[in-house]
Amino acid sequence: MSDATPTPTATPERPQLPAQSPPVDPAETAVAGDKAASTGKLSWWRGDGGEGAKRNLGLIGVLAALIAVGAITKPDLYGDPTWVWNNVLAILQLASVVGVVTVGMTFVIIGGGIDLSVGAIVALAGVWCTTVATQSYGAGGMIFAAIAVGICVGLVNGVLISYGRLVPFIATLAMLVAARGLAAQISNKQTQVSTSTVINDIAARKVLGIPILVYILGAVVLAGWVLLNRTTFGRRTIAVGGNPEAARLAGINVRRHTMLLYALSGLCCGIAAIMLTSQATSAQAAMANLYELDAIAAAIIGGTLLSGGRGTIVGSLLGVIIFATITNLFAINGLSIEAQNMVKGGIIVAAVLVQQFQFKSFTRLLARNRLTTTP
Amino acid sequence: MTQHSRDVSRRRLLFGGAAVGAATLLTACTSNETPAASTQTKAAGDGAGNNAPGKKVVIGFSAPAADHGWMGAIHANAKAQAAAYSDVEFKEVDGGSNSEAQRSTLGTLIAQKPDIIVVLPHDGKEVNAVALQAMQAGIPIVNLDRAFPDALASRLVIKGDNYGMGVSAGHFIGKQLKDKGVSNPVIGEIAGLEIPLTVERSAGFAAALATYGFKVSNRRSAEFTSDSGQREAAQLLQALPKIDAIWNHDDDQGIGVLAAINQAGRKEFFMVGGAGAKVAIDAIKADNTVLKATVTYNPSMASSAISLARLIAQGRGLGDLTELQVPKEVTLASETITKENASSYEKLGF
Repeated sequence: MSDATPTPTATPERPQLPAQSPPVDPAETAVAGDKAASTGKLSWWRGDGGEGAKRNLGLIGVLAALIAVGAITKPDLYGDPTWVWNNVLAILQLASVVGVVTVGMTFVIIGGGIDLSVGAIVALAGVWCTTVATQSYGAGGMIFAAIAVGICVGLVNGVLISYGRLVPFIATLAMLVAARGLAAQISNKQTQVSTSTVINDIAARKVLGIPILVYILGAVVLAGWVLLNRTTFGRRTIAVGGNPEAARLAGINVRRHTMLLYALSGLCCGIAAIMLTSQATSAQAAMANLYELDAIAAAIIGGTLLSGGRGTIVGSLLGVIIFATITNLFAINGLSIEAQNMVKGGIIVAAVLVQQFQFKSFTRLLARNRLTTTP
Repeated sequence: MTQHSRDVSRRRLLFGGAAVGAATLLTACTSNETPAASTQTKAAGDGAGNNAPGKKVVIGFSAPAADHGWMGAIHANAKAQAAAYSDVEFKEVDGGSNSEAQRSTLGTLIAQKPDIIVVLPHDGKEVNAVALQAMQAGIPIVNLDRAFPDALASRLVIKGDNYGMGVSAGHFIGKQLKDKGVSNPVIGEIAGLEIPLTVERSAGFAAALATYGFKVSNRRSAEFTSDSGQREAAQLLQALPKIDAIWNHDDDQGIGVLAAINQAGRKEFFMVGGAGAKVAIDAIKADNTVLKATVTYNPSMASSAISLARLIAQGRGLGDLTELQVPKEVTLASETITKENASSYEKLGF
């Protein structure tokens, strides 16, 4: 969890981008400037740049509270360290597939779009890679098929949205229906069992005591973090989502970039399809049901702005882990799925309410108070 | 005098005869011995006539588009069973993906005036009116699995038993644990999508377990898909560090449930499945997983529905039954498939 908070070195770079910072009044900039001058290195925390880190700390607080509730309600289980460690792994495995999908979703939403077709792409890629014909090529063929299908469907989404000028909501909604239809057609509505031991072992095996699925999640999250925070691709994503017109005037090929974002989401779905097929040792057209909503909800409670231009990979990961922890908490307490869904809904609303809460004005208020109270 | 006495003697004879007659009648009434000829039985071997070809009949068929293995088997079974009879012409119309579509295609089927129609409705309530219309037009309806609310809307209802499925699973688990001498067992349940039939299954399961003094420790509901089965099973296993038995409602989602059990490396319990899918029957027969039994909810009912529809249309009764007509309602028993009888159920696996 220590690498969950972004390092201070990463965040101060973001305000340098004119396109993504929300409009600020001159007075506030002056205050921030003064503060920056007087406090040096800590300025990122007080200024705009620390906002993501503060949100993530809040999420870690929620997570800690959930675990505390678990420990209070089931002291017998939480008293056993082996069980606790296994439970952490169980939560991470539960979060792994949705987590990979959410990384792609976070990029799309930061870039000002939305991808409703992720669950359907996972199902299509899963079904495609478990047909008898694909399985005859072995595990390599299955992995290639899933990833290729994911990228291709993502590209179709991207082309429709950026060159066909369809609204992302409509284009990906159409893809949601169409991809599930195609998956049902290919699978003939049957459950296709994976006979590849290599694929099935991805979910069954552990390396150094940690399941392979968790490593995959970690690798995808790390790659996503580097791509968003350390490359021009990431900067452009934030610029395009924050203000497409300004991004275009700054020389960014907005259309091509948007297309690539949907392809990236498709790639993540392809990887997730392999992971989910491995977990269930099978695939069918109805699988990954409503993953689009899980991924969007996780990204939003992770602090990603639905209108684009802001968001963090770490926040999204925390969002997914919080949802997985809630599911786990309800399961170990033997409570119904209905109650669990109500709590999830409540958490989404609470997260958006918190998102609307202006940290900036709050800190400014604090700063003013300090200015007036201390001579 | 003699005249008089003769008269009296004749009168005596008449009265006497009447009295004797009445007495015989009365004694006949007190006897409870029924003459063999008039009893309502059927001689053994008299029922062989069902397979013999009768008059040619046209059977219409309408069921929802196959969205999972079970429904796929319903379509395939109905078609195959009809093909097995030389005197049946099978006319299937597309049941579509909702009640609306099914109503319209059923309407065209009724217009073609088949001898009888077998209907598995999307929703009994929503297709009820069309079925009623067919019955009024003189075309009998055989209602498959999902019942119409109106008794007049069908000639025959043939359906599975969701409550009974839970009861069968509960009895199997209860008996096994009782025999092992487990006093306070930990029993897990992985239910399907929370729709009325799932609620009925769970109620039957709880009721049967209660007769042994057992109850369900933890219940998670999946969505009849293998990935949801894996997800919920993984959490259930986490919640219960030691388990004695698990009932999983559906063999399709059971693929995922077994995967989760395998991934967690757990094998201290046994599991009962539901529906009777081929993969489950094979696993029970091989006896190399925790899956030791499955309780049926078999799509073979579609074949039986076609057979019964044929008899109704031909005006014939059911072979071994005494009635001259097919009964009005058939509810399948939910059977328990174990290692011992798995081979005999193999042909029913779907």
